[in-house]
This record gives sequence, C-alpha cells and structure tokens, in this order.
Amino acid sequence: MFSIKNKFIRQIFGSVVDLLPIFIVIFIFQVFILRQPIPNIADIAIGTIFIILGLTFFIQGLEKSLFPVGETMAYSFARKGSLFWLLTFAFSLGFGTTVAEPALIAVADEAARIAAEAGAIEQSELAIDDYAFGLRYTVAFSVGIAILIGVLRIIRGWPLQYLIIPGYIGVVAMTAFAPDTIIGIAYDSGGVTTGTVTVPLVTALGVGLSSAIAGRNPMIDGFGLIAIASLTPIIFVMAYGMFL
Amino acid sequence: MSSWITEFITVLLSTLRDVAPIMGIIIFFQLVIIRRPFKQLKNLTIGMIYVVLGMTLFLVGLDKALFPLGTAMAEQLTSSDFINPSIDPSLGIVWQDYYWVYIFGACIGFATTLAEPSLIAVAIKAEQISGGNIKAWYLRLSVSAGVSFGIALGTFRIVTGTELYLYIIVGYIIVILQTTLSPKLIIGLAYDSGGVTTSTVTVPLVTALGIGLASTIPGRNPLLDGFGLIAFASLFPIIAVLAYAQVSTWIAHRAVLNNPKEGD
Repeated sequence: MFSIKNKFIRQIFGSVVDLLPIFIVIFIFQVFILRQPIPNIADIAIGTIFIILGLTFFIQGLEKSLFPVGETMAYSFARKGSLFWLLTFAFSLGFGTTVAEPALIAVADEAARIAAEAGAIEQSELAIDDYAFGLRYTVAFSVGIAILIGVLRIIRGWPLQYLIIPGYIGVVAMTAFAPDTIIGIAYDSGGVTTGTVTVPLVTALGVGLSSAIAGRNPMIDGFGLIAIASLTPIIFVMAYGMFL
Repeated sequence: MSSWITEFITVLLSTLRDVAPIMGIIIFFQLVIIRRPFKQLKNLTIGMIYVVLGMTLFLVGLDKALFPLGTAMAEQLTSSDFINPSIDPSLGIVWQDYYWVYIFGACIGFATTLAEPSLIAVAIKAEQISGGNIKAWYLRLSVSAGVSFGIALGTFRIVTGTELYLYIIVGYIIVILQTTLSPKLIIGLAYDSGGVTTSTVTVPLVTALGIGLASTIPGRNPLLDGFGLIAFASLFPIIAVLAYAQVSTWIAHRAVLNNPKEGD
C-alpha cells in the first residue's frame, strides 16, 4: 500500500511539472504583456487541481489498462495466427474509435458549412448534414484502412517510409487538384483523428505485435500506426472534396 | 459550485460515450474471437476507471481554468487594439507588427504539447522498449520544440497570406531528406509524434489563435485561413524528432572519435 501511495504522489509531482509551463506562459502574457489581472482566481485554482489529478489518474490508468490490453490482444492474435481476424480487429478499432471522435464531428460540421458557403453543395440543412455525415464516415473509414495497412506492414516487415513517402507524394499531387475550400480541412483532419484513448491502445497494439512476431523489432516496426492514421484522412478527405 | 457538478457529469457522460465503442470492440474480440477471459480483470477495470475519471477531471479542469483565459488571450493578442498597426492600413499588412502573436504561438504551442496526455503515453512506451536509450522527457521536449516552431510559422503564414500547401510541400521534402539520413530506429517514432501532438490541450487554444488571427486581418477568411495550424503542428515535430536523433548520434560518434585521442 505504501509503495502505491508513493507512486501516486510521485506521479502528482510529475503532472505538476508537465503542466507548469502552460500556467507560466498564460500568467506572463496576462500580467506583463496584456497587463490585465487574472480573473476568477478561485475557478482557476480548483480547475488546476482537477487538471493535475486528471493527468495523474490517466497515466496510472494507462499503465494498468490501455497498455496491457493492447499488448495482450496483440499476443493473442499472433498466437491464434488468423490474419483475417487480426485485420478485422485492426479495421474495427480504427473505424470505431474515430467515428465518434468529438473533434472530428466538429471539423466535419465546420467543413460542411464552408462547402455550402462556397457553393460546392446546396445551402440547405439537409445537404449540409449529408455532407458532414459523409465526411465523418469517410475519415473513419480511412482511419480503419490505415490501422489495417499498418498492422499488415508490421506482419510483413515493410519499412514504414515506403508507405509514408508515397503517401506524402499522393497528398501533394492531390493538393493540386482538390478544391481550395477543402485543403485546410483535409490537412487538419489528419491531426484530429487520433484521440487520447486511441493513441495508447494503438501504440501498445503495434509494439505488442512486433514483439510477438519473430524477426520484428518493436522500435523499428512497432511504431508507425498513428503516422499512417494521420496520413490517410488527408488523402480521403481531399478525394471526398474532389468527387462530391 | 453546482456549475462544477453539472460540468463534471456532462463531461463524464461524453467521455463514457467516447470510450464505449472502444470498450465494445475490445470486449467483443476478446470474448467472441479470441475466446479467452481477460487476465487480471480487476486490475483492468480499475485502470479503465482511472482512465475515464482522469480524462473527465482533466477536461473539466481545462474548460474551467485554462481554456477561457487562453482563448480570451488569443483573441486579445490578435485584435487590432493590441497590435495597433504602425503604418497606414492602405499600405497593407506589416507582418512585423504581429510579433507578439508569433511569440505567444510559440510559447503556448510548446507548453500545451508538453502536457498532451497522448504524447506522454507514446513517450513512456518509447522509453520502455528502447531500454532507456530514448528518454521520454527529451522526446517530449523535441516534439514540443517542433510544435512551437510550427505554430509560430503557421501564424506567420496566416498574417502574410501565403499558400498553405507551399509550406507543407517544403516540410515534406525536409522530412524525406532527413528520413534517408536518420537512424532506422527513430523513424517510426518520429512519424508517430506528428500525429499525437494535436489533441486535447493544444487544439482548442491553437484553433482560437488561428481563427482570431484570420478574423482580424483584412482579406483573410476565418473559415478558410483559420484552418491549417494543426497541420503545421503535426509536421514540424517529425522534423524535430528526426533532428534530435541525428544530433544525438552525431554527438555519440564524436565522443567515440575523440576518446582515443584523450587516452594518448
């Protein structure tokens, strides 16, 4: 019990160090640059305690649940030896975690409004909702495909850059043809798809798979799933903008 | 006080809703496809409760303590009252007038990335499996430095109104060149660090900065030019982490080359 308590307290100190820079930046800008008092000190104090405790609990929970779940599932699938089910799992994980992502829903709605204003789609509630819905499922599908390809890459041992560099070239080539209104959104959608629960889980899955499969190195082969999942949405969203 | 409780419950419910599909997929595949009960179910359950509780507290705290002040600050720093353009507006925008915006963008990008939970997770994992060769803390510092530069450059782009894709193309070319020169071990991690930087803490503040900036500068469309900052924040960490690996191997090489001389 004592050691657990100690670990928790150490983690709290860690969280304080992690969060200190934000508070320093905000404080200095507010007081010295904008020359204004700090409003609602009580709210800020309580909120700060929440943030520190939240980060502490999250990191503790990460090591207890998300990391071991990702890794043991990777081992189980490797032992089971069924490529079909592993790839199905990979796709479901990518699709399922992205389709409900709040950041993605916000970006899709914003994008639909821009498309309506630019005259790319009809300016009616129905058309806008349709567009946002289609965009959301496009991105979720692209993340599912990304995790699937990424898992296949770990199994086959393909070097990551052979996938990423052609991907970049694809992005650049498509930028030339995609409508202007979609480009910024497409580039940003690559960044918003990987949420706080997905990242540790997917990382543990990649690292677990590459440790379970003979001849793979977790450092070289284990990472990269998130990189692919940040790239495919850009391509798919631009394609969505071009063909719709 | 009651506003805190309502907020806590609302955020808790939305966090549960986010986590539910992930849990559903994991439970389905574990029990129906792998057909094995969870090992250490008690530990997993406690861990999951920690994750949900942690995310909820974190988000409520951010919403109450940081985001209102941070976004108000981003708006004030980009407003024309603060910037007070030095030259007759008919002459156009002088990008130097916006120096506080770049400095704020760099500082806030650095600070929020350091607190980003998903980056902390990836850094912990990288330190574990590299056997401590990669230090979680240094990795996070490099990523933060990359985001910091990315946001500063991204705000500069909005002010000057140059095309987004030009920067992205040049950035990609740098990444490709660095990839051919970097140690193999770092490439996956470096590419991944581009995707993890932009989530819970960074996105709301950076978006406020981008939209605030695009709505104050004449001729910019907040809906179009406000986007794109996240793309910068995802690109430059890759460059920074690859550079970190290159510099540390270079230092290691130099140490090996220098040591024999010292021994003479």
